[in-house]
Amino acid sequence: MTDYPQILFKNRRPDETVFIDDFRKTGGYSGLEKAIREMTPQEVRETVKRSGLRGRGGAGFSTGLKWSFFPVDQPGEKYLVCNCDEMEPGTYKDRQLLSADPHQLIEGVILSAWALQATEAYIFIRYAYEQEARHLERAIAEARAAGYLGENILGSGWGLRIHVHRSAGRYILGEETALLNGIEGVRPNPRRKPPFPAVRGLWGRPTTINNVETLANIPHIITGGADWFKCLARSPEGAGTKLFGLSGHLNRTECFELPVGISLREVIFEVGGGIRGGKPFKACLPGGASTPYLTGEHLDVAMDFDSIAAVGSRFGTAGVTAFDADTCMVAVTLNLIRFFARESCGWCTPCRDGLSYVQWLLEELEEGRGGKEQIELLEHQRRNITGRAFCALAEGAMGPLDGLLRLFRDELEDHVRKGRCPFRA
Amino acid sequence: MNKLLSQSELDTFRAKAAASAHPRELIVDLLRAIQDHHGWVPDEGIELAAEILGLSPLQIEEIATFYDKIFRQPVGRKVIHVCDSICCWATGSEEVAGYLRRKLGIDFGETTADGAFTLLPTCCLGACGDAPAMMIGLTLYGRLTPEKIDAALEKEKSRSQESGVGSQGKTS
Repeated sequence: MTDYPQILFKNRRPDETVFIDDFRKTGGYSGLEKAIREMTPQEVRETVKRSGLRGRGGAGFSTGLKWSFFPVDQPGEKYLVCNCDEMEPGTYKDRQLLSADPHQLIEGVILSAWALQATEAYIFIRYAYEQEARHLERAIAEARAAGYLGENILGSGWGLRIHVHRSAGRYILGEETALLNGIEGVRPNPRRKPPFPAVRGLWGRPTTINNVETLANIPHIITGGADWFKCLARSPEGAGTKLFGLSGHLNRTECFELPVGISLREVIFEVGGGIRGGKPFKACLPGGASTPYLTGEHLDVAMDFDSIAAVGSRFGTAGVTAFDADTCMVAVTLNLIRFFARESCGWCTPCRDGLSYVQWLLEELEEGRGGKEQIELLEHQRRNITGRAFCALAEGAMGPLDGLLRLFRDELEDHVRKGRCPFRA
Repeated sequence: MNKLLSQSELDTFRAKAAASAHPRELIVDLLRAIQDHHGWVPDEGIELAAEILGLSPLQIEEIATFYDKIFRQPVGRKVIHVCDSICCWATGSEEVAGYLRRKLGIDFGETTADGAFTLLPTCCLGACGDAPAMMIGLTLYGRLTPEKIDAALEKEKSRSQESGVGSQGKTS
């Protein structure tokens, strides 16, 4: 396998976590020191904007642009929140990052909070990541003891506290406004936008929410520069590297740091070692459970936000789940829809009732009880739910359904024609 | 003092609530602490949390019933969460679930007669590269085979006998 530049995983060792001494030996906290001693907060924000970094939590929004909405000069409390909910099936990169090198996130949080002049930071972490939460608490204590956290950080006159907020399950908490409700201790339904969190977020105060991997990139952008970061990507539209979590029917199901813009073919057949048992590749989710499938015809697509969007899917979190040729894509889609239906918070009708109805239609088809009218009803539901739900959960659920209807309609029709799942013995 | 929390935990939460501008922030931590101590969150736990945080029991209940890792009914000494999300499904989670059901003699949602284990399905555990996976208490087990499941159950059973009721939050 080709050697790829390792930025976020440069300290990764098998079954080992790097803490402050080893982190500093490889340049840790030099980005924070450079920013505070040599740059203004505005210069940091501009560097991040020029770097082309796009949010690594799935939506892919420009981080610099998001930060530009933040009222840096507004007096009073302002918050930076790190989203480590990571409950999208197929996505496990943030856990790998925290397990390998938790200080990288802590440095990213401190540096970003300074750039935004936020006064408090929260790291929201999912229930299943208890070991990683403890790593973070140790890293926070070490950073505080070393003078990187607390009052008057590096003599700047600016101080920060970081809180670790443990969750207790439910995928909806990954939605940024539901996450804010989760921290506040109210029922975590999403909030209506506008006002956006940058204007009115945690306890009504300005708040920016960024993903773990996004924030972990910030110190490297400051030490290496915006141009260096852009050039890490293979494609001109991309910037930086990306953590790809491989799963499903691949020979190597691990998390790899790869350049943005690498082809899907290279990810599947070189990095992932191809399909288990030498079977043909059929399809994959390119970026988590909410992204429409890519198939063999898309193998030469560059894995960056714009190139994948151009073929009707999304880069998402780069959690690539591959399926072999013996896999029933109706059954795959049914599994995904069951997940989204179960995780709906129930706040709006298209999500609460629509996803359950889609699940029932797919169950009918998979069990051989469905007719052509069920396929038409799936089309109708896809149109009916898309753009009409309160938040992105139901819209995300329509990703794999859209892929099924667009790319595997013949499989749906085969279920109807045969009156059973053609992939089952 | 209280079977729902140790005296020191109680004192710590009361102090935190008094010092916080937003005591509600502590609801999930408090419910998890009660669950760690008691095994699950009974009505008295809801009322205790409400009293500590200066909220109504309903304000606590609407949080407790939202999260799937907060248990409002008695569970076994250890809860087994079997991931049924796509990566685990693709690599055999249905077989894992079948094996566990046969081995423990219970279905999802049930507890073994000896009170050792409760079996529940769960969404993605963030172990997609190590699928199929399950979590017992807060310990993750991946790349499951019948042999690995047997070993995990033995290990967890002896661990829960050592620590007794309320061991969900304890990790190795």
